[in-house]
Amino acid sequence: MQSRQSTFLALAMALPAMILLVAFTHFPIIATVVDSFLSTPKPRRPSHYVGLDNYNTMIADPIFWKALTNNLIYAAATIPVSVALALAMALVVNSKIKGRGLLRMAFFTPTVLPMIAVANIWLFFFTPTYGAIDQILSIVGMHATNWLGSTQTALLCVIIVAVWKEAGFFMIFYLAALQTIPPDLIEAARIEGADRWQILRRVTLPLLGPTTLFVAVNAVINAFRTVDHIFVLTGGGPDNATNVLMYEIYLVGFGFFDQGYAAALTVVLLAGLALVAVGQFVLFDKRVHYR
Amino acid sequence: MNDVAVTPVDPSAFGRFAQNLSLETVAAWLLGVIWISPLAYAAWSAFHPQAYAAHFSLFAPLTLDNFARAWSAAPFARYFLNTTILVTSILMGQFVLSTFAAYAFARFTFPGRDVIFSLILIQLLISPDLMLVANYNTMHALGLVDTIAAMALPYIASAFGIFLLRQTFKQVPIELEEAARIEGCGTLGVLWRVYIPLARQTYLAYGLVSVSFHWNNFLWPLIITNSVETRPVTVGLSVFATPDQGVDWSVITAGALMTSAPLLLAFLLFQRQFVQSFMRAGIR
Repeated sequence: MQSRQSTFLALAMALPAMILLVAFTHFPIIATVVDSFLSTPKPRRPSHYVGLDNYNTMIADPIFWKALTNNLIYAAATIPVSVALALAMALVVNSKIKGRGLLRMAFFTPTVLPMIAVANIWLFFFTPTYGAIDQILSIVGMHATNWLGSTQTALLCVIIVAVWKEAGFFMIFYLAALQTIPPDLIEAARIEGADRWQILRRVTLPLLGPTTLFVAVNAVINAFRTVDHIFVLTGGGPDNATNVLMYEIYLVGFGFFDQGYAAALTVVLLAGLALVAVGQFVLFDKRVHYR
Repeated sequence: MNDVAVTPVDPSAFGRFAQNLSLETVAAWLLGVIWISPLAYAAWSAFHPQAYAAHFSLFAPLTLDNFARAWSAAPFARYFLNTTILVTSILMGQFVLSTFAAYAFARFTFPGRDVIFSLILIQLLISPDLMLVANYNTMHALGLVDTIAAMALPYIASAFGIFLLRQTFKQVPIELEEAARIEGCGTLGVLWRVYIPLARQTYLAYGLVSVSFHWNNFLWPLIITNSVETRPVTVGLSVFATPDQGVDWSVITAGALMTSAPLLLAFLLFQRQFVQSFMRAGIR
């Protein structure tokens, strides 16, 4: 083949996608880093270089630290809980339990629905007195609780909704992995006299290792970008109790129109995600699939 | 060999096994009930008169009135149209661009190919909706603020789509392509007659994932739209379910179910395909 011609053809085919990717993924990353060292443009004063001013503002801003802490708590709670539940769900749905079709549906349905819509439903669920949770708790004599209006419980509510939404999504990956485990392996372990827990611990879980890593990485990414439900449930309140990085970026960028500061906050988020990528690379190592 | 098979079952162990099993079954079912209960609760209040919104009674009359009220309280017809246009144009764009790019990366060698491909994969980690301010500025510079194009453009080039299709195309036997070329097919013909038909499952999987993602997408559309003519249903619902609806939960849950209905129906009808698609899309 004429290799110069085929190179030209390949580049021409990749070009449209490349242009859009550069325009809306790569360029924004660079622009955000640059903007974080510039002041926010004002009508009478265009943006200019301000060094580390935006970062200094950030370090001195208690709301930033609050949002970062919340985000870390949110991540530390949603990631292990949703991954563990996803595994349990997949084991249930993959077993011979009665009605597993219905169970699979129950677990997976939240995944396909809009977060904005289901968050409105949860809002109703959490309503003091009338909501389902208070109605159930009133049976055991508990008083009405303002779940979303209290700084004590609001973040927990946001975490619950996130876990509810994504556990079924991660279940699918475990289910796919479970179905690739050769039945011979389980059968061999059984003949050796292993009981079900031993089979789970010694055979199934080790084989699910790569899936767990894949799911965990996705869970980390989600923990820093899933904020739709916060818009509906709490608006980041009360008193920033449910404010997280991405929500704070939205508030600063589009509530206060402080672009320079929003860019600095975004750089923190990008740095966090880059760390995840490096971690994934180190952990995955031999199991990088794209050959 | 035979004596392995006739090992007698220890009756007490069997009893414990049965007990464990039933406990697990109950736990599994309890989890299932908990998982579906928010939706069941929403369905209850949406299909019953307001007086029964949070009040359970076997004899509560059924009604569709809440849906009618929600439908007339906001221009939902327009929102649905906007979302449909948005989701379709993103999907079409993604299919076309991903197909060409995936073919280029699967079957051609050219200088810098692997570096370029790794650069594409960055989007798997840093999606365009994280770069809110920068992408807003770009759209502003292009004069596209408050258009459906602005909502769609950042997503049309999809690293995920390119990645999935490239994997699929690599598995197509090269002999099929060679045979097609001998028959007189050009590059487009090879794609259209060989690769695309063989990758149908991947297109279906990717399509379902893409449609459900973009039907549900909220933050970027919220920022880039500010009129009824462009707003998708998710943003429309968030505007609708603000305090001016008071605490009329019947209408709010009806609105929430209404915006989820197309996906929910599609999911219930094509459950197997949905689950398999998400699985397929996940196995990389």
